[in-house]
Amino acid sequence: MSSSLLTDGTPSPSGSGAGTAESFLDVRDLRIQFKTDDGVVKAVDGLTFQLERGETLGIVGESGSGKSVTSLGILGLHRRGSAKISGEVWLDGEELIGASPERVRLLRGAKMSMIFQDPLTAMHPYYTVGAQIVEAYRVHHKVSKNDARKRAIEMLDRVGIPQPQRRVDDYPHQFSGGMRQRAMIAMSLVNNPQLLIADEPTTALDVTVQAQILDLIRDLQSEFNSAVIIITHDLGVVAEVADDILVMYGGKCVEHATAETIFRRPEHPYAWGLLSSMPRVDREVRDRLVPIKGSPPSLINLPSGCSFHPRCPYVERNGIPCKTVEPTLAEGTAEHGVACHIPPAERLAIFKSDIAPNL
Amino acid sequence: MINYILRRLVTAALLIVAVSMVTFAIFFLIPKAAHADPAEMYVGKSATPRDVELTRIKLGLDQPIYIQYGRFVKGLVAGRDYNSGPTVTHCSAPCFGYSFRTDREVWPLLLDRLPVTISLAIGAALLWLFGGVAGGVISALKRGKLADRAVMIVALAGVSLPVYFTGLVFQALFVHQWKIFRGGEYINFVDDPWGWANKLFLAWVSLALLFAATYARLTRAQMLETLGEDYIRTARAKGLKERVVIGKHAMRAVLTPIVTIFGLDLGTLLGGAILTERVFSLPGIGKLSVDAVTQKDLPIILGATLFASFFIVMANLVVDVLYAVIDPRVRLS
Repeated sequence: MSSSLLTDGTPSPSGSGAGTAESFLDVRDLRIQFKTDDGVVKAVDGLTFQLERGETLGIVGESGSGKSVTSLGILGLHRRGSAKISGEVWLDGEELIGASPERVRLLRGAKMSMIFQDPLTAMHPYYTVGAQIVEAYRVHHKVSKNDARKRAIEMLDRVGIPQPQRRVDDYPHQFSGGMRQRAMIAMSLVNNPQLLIADEPTTALDVTVQAQILDLIRDLQSEFNSAVIIITHDLGVVAEVADDILVMYGGKCVEHATAETIFRRPEHPYAWGLLSSMPRVDREVRDRLVPIKGSPPSLINLPSGCSFHPRCPYVERNGIPCKTVEPTLAEGTAEHGVACHIPPAERLAIFKSDIAPNL
Repeated sequence: MINYILRRLVTAALLIVAVSMVTFAIFFLIPKAAHADPAEMYVGKSATPRDVELTRIKLGLDQPIYIQYGRFVKGLVAGRDYNSGPTVTHCSAPCFGYSFRTDREVWPLLLDRLPVTISLAIGAALLWLFGGVAGGVISALKRGKLADRAVMIVALAGVSLPVYFTGLVFQALFVHQWKIFRGGEYINFVDDPWGWANKLFLAWVSLALLFAATYARLTRAQMLETLGEDYIRTARAKGLKERVVIGKHAMRAVLTPIVTIFGLDLGTLLGGAILTERVFSLPGIGKLSVDAVTQKDLPIILGATLFASFFIVMANLVVDVLYAVIDPRVRLS
């Protein structure tokens, strides 16, 4: 459905194809590593994707699959000393990984901004909600405190906080969970960012509030025509809002396609596992959800070949070299990247016969 | 908030009453148990039994303990008269009685010594607060680097070396060897500010070293913990300068526990810094107490103890109220 997927099937081994990107956000071969006492953690290992204005990308994966590390990397929030970052991140024609920290700081919060997972810990407990929004606005706008305060009230009103003139002087702990997340969103959007990254924006909230928050993000997105990345482990969330979905496993992208494709005919065994372990209200209640066996891999010592192979029920099927050769997204098509050695026709057949009936 | 403060004030008052009872009991019951007679201590060894008896009546020592305590409290609140037959001596409120040794009123003695103790405590407190916090912040930001090690070694040395060591070494070097600072008598601030600071400086440093070490360690630990908080990441994500992230967002959280122990430490010191005052021969409340103890001068010991406990209780109260001001989450509950 979008041109952003055209280059996806051919992940370049290194993002050396310089020059300005055509996409609004163009991430090329992003690698983020941390040195620890136990070894090098390859948190993100060669991630490539594009995103246009007005579109929403959902990044899905288990804990420790590199979702949040990716988003913090785009915003330049990793400490230069501890994280080793390579690859390229082009935002509106400007490369960020090689840019000076000061340049990235000026973009941060203004052109690109982030909504964090837990709004109670993500907001400063000693400052009022208003003061924190005012501060976010005044970093990037030379305006008086009074004007900034008006702006803060306007933003709180827009995200649906009742009586914003009064609530602007409240502290975060005086807000409910849903209101805190709204305030967090107000703070992230105060400078009309063109790229908004929402890291598990609804995880800490109850289900009714989740839907409201997602609606809110969608409304604001259409209003400002921003590009949005939603990071989540909850497929239900991306099903509602995402245009494209990128499934991450062990720091790599294993499947990348439109949301429609991922839900209708997913091809990677890990994506099947994710879908099978998701509860559905529109289907009959089965006895049990099917979990993915095993646990996420250690990012210090990834399994050889396909990193999903120790957990994959179809490993070495018909003698394919899962344990030795690493599959690339090119095993799929340009519109539907799948990093799996099973031949495409066979993948579809397995999905139709084994997986789909049990969803 | 006002309700809260009032409640705390009442508690503080009750606490001081309790402290006064306990100290009064200790200083007037223990001599009894040890078969020593306060009246004899008052008049001295060469007195006749008649003098002792008169003194006993004059001081009310012949009365039961609760009446003695009642009179003591009345003296504190409204003043009291000492009646020795021919002469009546009036001791106006707050009356802590008379020194056994010099026969001078205790309260003016305490008041005389207070400016010295305050000068010492405030000067040292400012030094250790800024020095300790600055050291702790540098240490946390340069974690594992040379600066961190250096600050922590100085902190370890500071907390390990007692004042009677550092104080004496400083005086030997800076006063006697290099003659950078002068020794000699304490000078009032109003008489000669420069002389005042000159005399006190080494005492400030010696005392501050002891406390700064604790503050540096606490600040470092708090700062490292705070830097890992989500709201610090949020502050960075807003595009704030690192200077603002550390200086405003992180410091605000770091300072909360610092303010707490600072209030308590300062309150304690206002009751007298015994060792420092002695080492630097500063005529403060600490020195007064030590001298009183060695001379078994009960009224001064009682007065100094109550005086010190008053400062500690008040410091606690101020810290609690301040805490509510600093941390908005405390205000509601």
